[in-house]
Amino acid sequence: MNTIVCIKQVPGTTSVEVDPGTGVLKREGIEAKMNPYDLFALETALQIKEVKGGAITSITMGPPQAGEIIYESFYMGVDEGYVLTDRKFAGADVVATSYTLSQGIRKISNYDLIICGKQTTDGDTAQVGPEVAEFLGIPHVANVGKILNIGKDSITVQMNMEETLEIQSIKLPCLITVEKDIYTPRLPSYKKKIQTKDKKQLNYLSIKDFTDSNEQNYGLNGSPTQVERIFPPEVSKEKIMLEGTSEDLSEKIFSLLVEKKFM
Amino acid sequence: MLKINQEKITEEIKKELMGICPFGAFIEGNNGLEISAACKMCKLCVKKGPAGIVEYLEEVKETVNKDEWKGITVYVDHLDGKIHPVTYELIGKAKKLAKITNHPVYALFIGKNITDKAKELLCYGVDEVFVYDFKELEYFVIEPYTNAFEDFIQKIKPSSILVGATNMGRSLAPRIAARFRTGLTADCTVLEMRENTDLVQIRPAFGGNIMAQIVTTNNRPQFCTVRYKVFDAPEKIARASGNITKMELDNNKLVSNIKVLGITKKEVELDISEADVIIAAGRGVKSEKDMAMISELAELLGARTACTRPLIETGWFDSRLQIGLSGRTVKPKLIITIGISGAVQFAAGMQNSDVIIAINNDPNAPIFNIAHYGIIGDLYEIIPGLISKIKLGDSLVKAVV
Ligand SMILES: Cc1cc2nc3c(=O)[nH]c(=O)nc-3n(C[C@H](O)[C@H](O)[C@H](O)COP(=O)(O)OP(=O)(O)OC[C@H]3O[C@@H](n4cnc5c(N)ncnc54)[C@H](O)[C@@H]3O)c2cc1C
Ligand SMILES: Nc1ncnc2c1ncn2[C@@H]1O[C@H](COP(=O)(O)O)[C@@H](O)[C@H]1O
Repeated sequence: MNTIVCIKQVPGTTSVEVDPGTGVLKREGIEAKMNPYDLFALETALQIKEVKGGAITSITMGPPQAGEIIYESFYMGVDEGYVLTDRKFAGADVVATSYTLSQGIRKISNYDLIICGKQTTDGDTAQVGPEVAEFLGIPHVANVGKILNIGKDSITVQMNMEETLEIQSIKLPCLITVEKDIYTPRLPSYKKKIQTKDKKQLNYLSIKDFTDSNEQNYGLNGSPTQVERIFPPEVSKEKIMLEGTSEDLSEKIFSLLVEKKFM
Repeated sequence: MLKINQEKITEEIKKELMGICPFGAFIEGNNGLEISAACKMCKLCVKKGPAGIVEYLEEVKETVNKDEWKGITVYVDHLDGKIHPVTYELIGKAKKLAKITNHPVYALFIGKNITDKAKELLCYGVDEVFVYDFKELEYFVIEPYTNAFEDFIQKIKPSSILVGATNMGRSLAPRIAARFRTGLTADCTVLEMRENTDLVQIRPAFGGNIMAQIVTTNNRPQFCTVRYKVFDAPEKIARASGNITKMELDNNKLVSNIKVLGITKKEVELDISEADVIIAAGRGVKSEKDMAMISELAELLGARTACTRPLIETGWFDSRLQIGLSGRTVKPKLIITIGISGAVQFAAGMQNSDVIIAINNDPNAPIFNIAHYGIIGDLYEIIPGLISKIKLGDSLVKAVV
């Protein structure tokens, strides 16, 4: 059972604000980290490997320094890692990102299962997984909350829907996106860190390594969506602030509730 | 494409640009300052950076013939024919958008034994419901659903498609967007239509800290998902006039590599997204025993209790009771937040509520930016006072009756 896990490096904090006056983003120390949801994807792959053997490959698209999270995945137990990086990838939206990942995965080629996180904390679309599956022409199941069985040519999973839990058996190769909490992610191991430090190499791929080397399909060129502007969220205008003694305030809320017919 | 005029770059400008870019996309490369794959093309460096350093070079792209694409389609989200209410909310929005371009509003209904239920959609003012009713579509499995959706797009050529951001919608929509290589904007909170049929989509980004306005000008259809309770459902109309059209689909489009082995209803869901009145507790509530007071208030008001994320982490609440970006989105008639600071991640899940009353002892708490009624004070005094007033009020009413 060979597994590929898609992981992404995201800003360490989402606490950015737009200055309403200038429209410029105010940013505090923009450290990067692994998308927390992808830890669950990695752990799922590691759990499967413990039972079924095989190799795990992690893959990311991003700037060269995104290699840091591939190393982090090594320290958790991943066998091999790829960084898809190219200036031509800049400005990629979901379609372009997914297409790039699918090209990278075609290059790696030897896989039975692809696992993605539920969503990222920066893009936050939960769309990349299904789109990668479409570009690879393989079935997918999203919102997987449990792996129930792994057969020779199929995998049985529990899919989490709003009102139901569905058990689906999917032929391999396929792609799943996993819910947070499917397994508790292990911490990177210090021992593995020492073991792998100089031995493990990152594989870098760029457009010229792909079967489709048409630049029009990547980055901004390959992105159908365009961001026209970004701006701070609106604050509601109509508001009434109440101060006073606690007794007064209780009374005011009470009359408010009566007035608005909540009582 | 962004072009950097390297000859004008100084150390200071470099720093300034790096400071402006929210995505940390500027890196030092062999040829000076470079833009890495982290770039999201927000063009802040062009607009807000020092003049003439970073330029945006427009590239001529092949554009679609927008006249060939007509109609705003709502995908009908349902379970066994039971239509999810987000569908009606989207129909309401689609009708408003369609007015601007004079387009019809369509509904796309995929499933088994659903043709009868399509009438229900007409009562909300849909012009035409397209139905793919096949036994193979009994369960939501990705390939046949995608194929039916694809067939619809190829035959009808709708200009815009709105999909509910349910687990099903969020799995299906990207699959089809990829098949047509078109844009899909997730979790839109505002939708507007331009006269040239471009759909303007606004969504929170960076965990709700900023809003992004997104368009898909060179591709059709344009796709977006919208969460439940963001828009309002339209009134039912007395005399529905639209049509129901049954669609054909080749057998080979109905095959799947997925077998559904079983479906179970989830245990009675602690679902707060339907609640009309919510009392939400935050970290201002100091200990678990204080929850009794919160529950009592909720009971008196017929409200559901909910909370912020930290209270999930303490284990006081079931995780399904969390409101916010990583929790539920709610839109009750009334929400009272108690000891909640109003972090954007929380606010993202409740700021569309009809009436927001916030109780917080810090006058600068951001919750007061979105509250309609801001109560500055100590919850430990206000809540017990409120509870006894409600009880007294009740007994007074009873005495009078
Ligand atoms: C990616 C991401 C996703 C997240 N998703 C969510 C989410 O979905 N939902 C969510 O809730 N959070 C989420 N968070 C966490 C969020 O950023 C905040 O940390 C959280 O919402 C704060 O909860 P709080 O308001 O209860 O606590 P605090 O921020 O600690 O606020 C407590 C408030 O209580 C007030 N207070 C204290 N004592 C009293 C008193 N006696 N009387 C009155 N007022 C008092 C204080 O003034 C303070 O304003 C997310 C964070 C991240 C990074
Ligand atoms: N640039 C990327 N590189 C690798 N994997 C990614 C990337 N972007 C998204 N993913 C994967 O897709 C999932 C969903 O991401 P998103 O659609 O951005 O919310 C993530 O949890 C990752 O598994």
